[in-house]
Amino acid sequence: MKKVKIYVTLRESILDPAGNAVKDSLHKLGHKYVKDARIGKFIQLELEDTNNIDEKIKDMCEKLLSNTVIEDYSYSID
Amino acid sequence: MYSPSEIEEQKIYEHMGMTDEEFILVKKILKRQPNYTEIGLFSVMWSEHCSYKNSKVLLRKFPITGEHVLQGPGEGAGIVDIGDNLAVCFKIESHNHPSAIEPFQGAATGVGGIIRDVFSMGAKPIALLNSLRFGELDNERTKYIFENVVAGIAHYGNCIGIPTIGGEISFDDCYKGNPLVNAMCVGIINHKDIKQGKAHGIGNSVMYVGADTGRDGIHGATFASEELTDKSEKKRPSVQVGDPFIEKLLLEACLEVIKHPALVGIQDMGAAGLISSSSEMASKAGMGIELYLDDVPQRERDMTAYEMMLSESQERMLLVIEKGFELEIKSIFEKYGLYAVVIGKVTDTKNITIYHKGEVMADVPADALASDAPVYHKKSNVPTYYKEYENLDTTPNIIEDYTKTLIDLLKSETIASKEWIYSQYDYMVGTNTVKGPGASAGIVRIRGTKKALSITTDCNARYVYLDPYIGGKIAVAEAARNIVATGATPLAITDNLNFGNPEIPEIFWQMEQSTDGISEACKFLGTPVISGNVSLYNERSGTAIYPTPTIGMVGLIKDTKCITSSTFITEGDAIFIIGETFSEFGGSELQKLQNNGKIFGRPPRIDLEIELRNQSLVLKEIESGIINSATDVSEGGFIVSICESLFGTKFGANIELDSPILMFSESQSRFIVTVSKENKEFFENKYNVAFLGYVNNTGILEVFNIETKQNIINIEVKNFEKVWRNSIEQMIR
Amino acid sequence: MSSKKYANEKGLNMKFAVVVFPGSNCDGDMYYAIKDELSAEVSYVWHTETNLDKYDAIMIPGGFSYGDYLRCGAIAAYSPIISAIKKAAENGKIVLGICNGFQILTEIGLLPGALLRNKNMKFICKMSTLVVENSNTIFTNKYENKENVTFAIAHGEGNYYCDDKTLEKLKSNNRIIFTYKNNPNGSLENIAGIVNEKGNVLGMMPHPERVVNNFMGYDCGLRLFKSILERSIDV
Repeated sequence: MKKVKIYVTLRESILDPAGNAVKDSLHKLGHKYVKDARIGKFIQLELEDTNNIDEKIKDMCEKLLSNTVIEDYSYSID
Repeated sequence: MYSPSEIEEQKIYEHMGMTDEEFILVKKILKRQPNYTEIGLFSVMWSEHCSYKNSKVLLRKFPITGEHVLQGPGEGAGIVDIGDNLAVCFKIESHNHPSAIEPFQGAATGVGGIIRDVFSMGAKPIALLNSLRFGELDNERTKYIFENVVAGIAHYGNCIGIPTIGGEISFDDCYKGNPLVNAMCVGIINHKDIKQGKAHGIGNSVMYVGADTGRDGIHGATFASEELTDKSEKKRPSVQVGDPFIEKLLLEACLEVIKHPALVGIQDMGAAGLISSSSEMASKAGMGIELYLDDVPQRERDMTAYEMMLSESQERMLLVIEKGFELEIKSIFEKYGLYAVVIGKVTDTKNITIYHKGEVMADVPADALASDAPVYHKKSNVPTYYKEYENLDTTPNIIEDYTKTLIDLLKSETIASKEWIYSQYDYMVGTNTVKGPGASAGIVRIRGTKKALSITTDCNARYVYLDPYIGGKIAVAEAARNIVATGATPLAITDNLNFGNPEIPEIFWQMEQSTDGISEACKFLGTPVISGNVSLYNERSGTAIYPTPTIGMVGLIKDTKCITSSTFITEGDAIFIIGETFSEFGGSELQKLQNNGKIFGRPPRIDLEIELRNQSLVLKEIESGIINSATDVSEGGFIVSICESLFGTKFGANIELDSPILMFSESQSRFIVTVSKENKEFFENKYNVAFLGYVNNTGILEVFNIETKQNIINIEVKNFEKVWRNSIEQMIR
Repeated sequence: MSSKKYANEKGLNMKFAVVVFPGSNCDGDMYYAIKDELSAEVSYVWHTETNLDKYDAIMIPGGFSYGDYLRCGAIAAYSPIISAIKKAAENGKIVLGICNGFQILTEIGLLPGALLRNKNMKFICKMSTLVVENSNTIFTNKYENKENVTFAIAHGEGNYYCDDKTLEKLKSNNRIIFTYKNNPNGSLENIAGIVNEKGNVLGMMPHPERVVNNFMGYDCGLRLFKSILERSIDV
């Protein structure tokens, strides 16, 4: 059994309207030093079968968990 | 970055979609080799999407004037007078290719773009419609595209707070790889507030307002002018992401700025962003513009002049402001938390001159970019399918069980209720919606007046495919029929011409024929073309879509009292059909149903004189109060219209007829109307109309065959209403 | 009596404020419902204002304040006007939050609970039948107890949630004002609208301002505004 933590974020060059709104709001609260805010998704999976785990995660990320047209993903395995 | 001579030697322009001849023409205009930025500007401005180079010869045929037309094609949107110093401003535009690649954002930014076109004219947007085409809902990819297009439209329209009040959706296999997403926006404007995208006045400031510029959708316009292949998905540059929140603020701020006397001109930065807006504004005014790109608000680091000029980042507008008033304008935008930055000025050079980091990056004539693109008259050839279909028999197979056929039709994707879709759209926000989606036309009242607007989009692409000339005429006539049935007088149209690759002579023939049909119908019905959009290369791996020239039409209801129900309203009313029914099944829903999704033969005929006569009859008797409910007859024939008039009510109907197969015929120029019992005799004596039966309170639809003296349909309305209502949702699951 | 002149003829002179956040989009609908259908005095108030002293009733309209980014109402909760809204609520003034307004009221703590995404994960726009669960409030005194009324709903995040303890309190104090007859969004106990302990702050997902004239399909919403107006005589 392995725990996989997957982070899905908008690709760097893609506009993140929600991130921008959060950044502006943080500025208004006085946190002017916030240079950028990007909002993503965090997905936690528990895998029973850990053979070729990277390949499995890649397949899940590219087919379902992220939209590769606009999103990037990264992950860590505990 | 390539040097000018490398661009020529290595034919770099070809990667940008430009031909050798076009490159030579650019050299001739500039009297030198263009640099990298310049060739980028030309390639994108001379793409079909921006220049209409392949369709211009056809668009010239459209009637574009009329006594009510205040603004014809060529600006952000067209405008028609509706009295009381008010006017209606509208346009339809496609976002087909972006939606094929990233359906949610593609559809969302399509909605955002058409809204900007309307408010850039000074109009307050009050309604949205969508005309959508997808493959059949029998595979996961199509379902994914379909669900996400709908969600994208909902996301943008709901958030910005403009109601989506109507539209149409149909499904055919030819759209599987290349869906159509056409969005229409309608706004209301005071005559005195009408603005144009013109850069007048030497020394006046060019201001950039709205969102930052990123590397979004660079060469998007060129991309829209090419066929989709499986490689397109990888080739696609950064997808544009829409921000309806910023656009809402931009909308409010622009409507405030419109009233400011220092505003000279305003234009949306849509396709080909900064270069199209600046060159078009300069060209229309006969002026030049200098731009200082270091001052452009940038979202990404190290952007080049080429990237900034071609970026298609959303929610941006270009303004020309009388010199000295920049701060006043700026303060209006600042109230909404938006930038307004001076990035250039109007000159008398007639050139677009671009400065970046102390260098001149481009210096090209505005006219050459905006209005002197080459115009092509492509070769046209009659397709073999058209010849083959000429003598094909379209008589349907004998129907054993009429009830089953009717139910099969009611649950077909194209006829089934679209509630699953439109219940995701906020169609009430603004509290002007009198009739929301689900009827053939949506209706919005005009606050503070007795008037209302009736709005529809329509195109039966199957007819257009079978006979583009007739199909083009029918698209306009059917849109007008939708409008008239609500009690409105048709005013004008906007069109979205969706076709395949114009370089294929058989496709160009479809374009020629259908635009001829549209022109003729528009002239005859008195509805000029006031705006529109062309989307070509709608193909996927060599298969073209059906030619789909979508018509968006707006009609005026003089008094909200005249708004007519499309469903039956009173028990005992007599049901009539106006217009003759022939055995016409080419391209019909029944044909598709009986032939495994195939259509063939010729479409129904149309006689515009009869069309106009029937429409005038309906409108006259609506206004006189004789007609209680009215609906047009379209896909599936008049029995489907009767079903739709029963759905949502508690009524039933008993219909009597002699040749039952004709209830599925799709003959043109027909309406189903009801009149009260007292007016029945008057109505049938005065007009050549056929009595079908009565509205009753049984909740049962009964169809009686007079010849065989048999009941051929006898079912509870609520049972097959359920099938009709739930069909789409079941297909999605 | 024609509702058009309702406020005038009854000599009611309540002052309504419609708070406008960046991204509010039902502000106009609320404004015109009050102005056109009741002829009461109403003004728009931009979110940067910090004083609401001259108004008797504060309306927080629907829409997508700040694009609904991060969480619905989360960013609006830090607008300058919020402290004035809290003060008005504290002083017993009428505060009504509709849709996004309800979401904001929960974010700033004037009402308990939170609004989650609709159960079907989709935006839902339609007419919805509600049950008036408590007609003895300043918002509902023109309705009958258990009366069925039809209001418009239009939201993606209207699925009301609160913990058991809060629910118990809402129930025992009769603070659940409206419930859905056919739960459209998965709301706990079909909750469509609740009031605060004092009864002067109402938050609800359905839109009364969209059903104030028969051309809109229904006019059930009118009585909610009339309830507020007439209550002002007693205050």
